[in-house]
Amino acid sequence: MAFASALHCRECGREYPIEPNYVCDFCFGPLEVTYDYDAIRKSTSREKISSGPMDMWRYDDFLPVSRENAVNLGTGMTPLLKADNLGKMLGLNNLWLKNDAVNPTYSFKDRVVTVATTKALEFGFKTLACASTGNLAGSVAAHGAKAGMETLVFIPANLEYGKIIGASVYGPTVVTINGSYDDVNRLCSELADNHAWAVVNINMRPYYSEGSKTLAYEVAEQLGWRAPDHVVAPLASGSLFTKIWKGFNEFADIGLIDAVRTTMHGAQAVGCSPIVKAFDSGLMHAKPEVPDTVAKSLGIGNPADAYYVLKILKETGGSAIGVPEDEVGENMILLAETEGIFAETAGGVVISALKRMAKEGRFDPDETVVAYITGNGLKTQEVVASSVHPINIEPNVEAFEEKVLGANSN
Amino acid sequence: MASRRVKITFPEVLVGRPLIYKLGSMFDIVTSIRRADVGPETGWVILELQGEEEEIKKAVDWALEQGVRVDPITGDVIEG
Ligand SMILES: Cc1ncc(COP(=O)(O)O)c(C=O)c1O
Ligand SMILES: [Zn+2]
Repeated sequence: MAFASALHCRECGREYPIEPNYVCDFCFGPLEVTYDYDAIRKSTSREKISSGPMDMWRYDDFLPVSRENAVNLGTGMTPLLKADNLGKMLGLNNLWLKNDAVNPTYSFKDRVVTVATTKALEFGFKTLACASTGNLAGSVAAHGAKAGMETLVFIPANLEYGKIIGASVYGPTVVTINGSYDDVNRLCSELADNHAWAVVNINMRPYYSEGSKTLAYEVAEQLGWRAPDHVVAPLASGSLFTKIWKGFNEFADIGLIDAVRTTMHGAQAVGCSPIVKAFDSGLMHAKPEVPDTVAKSLGIGNPADAYYVLKILKETGGSAIGVPEDEVGENMILLAETEGIFAETAGGVVISALKRMAKEGRFDPDETVVAYITGNGLKTQEVVASSVHPINIEPNVEAFEEKVLGANSN
Repeated sequence: MASRRVKITFPEVLVGRPLIYKLGSMFDIVTSIRRADVGPETGWVILELQGEEEEIKKAVDWALEQGVRVDPITGDVIEG
């Protein structure tokens, strides 16, 4: 059963009913879901959660919809892997990787989209929509198909072919838009205001973003019911980051884990790093910029949740790390070679930030550090394509001995 | 009547200019400020523009020509 009781404005606190609404009429601040935590406290327990389904819906007491109605592709309960090889390199004895690259559409977006789609159906919407450069498009298209909804996906016209296919295969209407990044943004937000669509990250946003809290719940449960000492996560709009923090704190408030003392660190590639720049200049608001980065999934130049991210960074004594563009691919490869995980560019950004912080001595060697890997490398192969070198030989033993063994022995 | 909710961000050189006042006086629209933070270096104002669709569009185009940014209050809606 769902314990969501209202929406509240994150700026002025005014309350609104549970409706497809995302902005406060009074101050235009963003709305967030309010829960009846007393009721959750009575309903939930470690035992109840542990015996739930092996996906993120085991935490539905903390989500704005219940699992009976969920449009569910089996998202969540992804592996939390102890990274001993990479840990040894960085001098960390307790490094863990939350591998969300293995979700149904290969990114953490399935967590937010399953919640948004379920809520959209509950509200009676017939059409599911989003504007995306990749991961979100694929996830919305897949969930729309599963839900039997009309699905509309808007993408910038210059997107790579592979990403267009990755969304189109599920059968949505795909609209490619000509224009600058800012033009496409403005158009999509205008369209959302004037149609009866459930746009997952606009009018469904308060519900949508709650799905990311499960990234914290799962890690807490997988670590044996505790929050880690450090989190390193990627930043685009900042939603994922703020919801990981919220998730740990909700678990503590309900009494499922001890008080949270996690230090939160966020990572962006320098080609799109409005939050890092604000953090470095001591500002609480990010100055919008036009993204120009290989980490396309993190290319949000005007992040909606920048202020809330900066607040968490300050509160927890965390850091915002800007990663040089040429380190992104290098660290995708490092992660693959040390831990056997092929992450997309956002993962390269996280590993690069982790490495920099480890070098600077930001972690004690025995502290528990969790790095979030949020998307799959098969989606951004072009970034590492020039670094792989298969050895081509003729089909005979001599050629093998000469070119492969010979090459390895020198 | 239409209404548009926008965030206007000022670069340093424009912070001292009465841009919001001019939007209301040069165009047939009503501006209603909801939140703002303006400092010596940059500033932003979140406001509602009310008027005929055409007039709002003209006002926004003029503001863009002056060198400010005009964004949807949701921030970027194209996600990765
Ligand atoms: C793989 C990946 N990681 C991280 C993010 C960042 O998410 P958020 O916008 O919630 O900060 C995105 C999405 O945009 C993404 O696609
Ligand atoms: Zn408000």
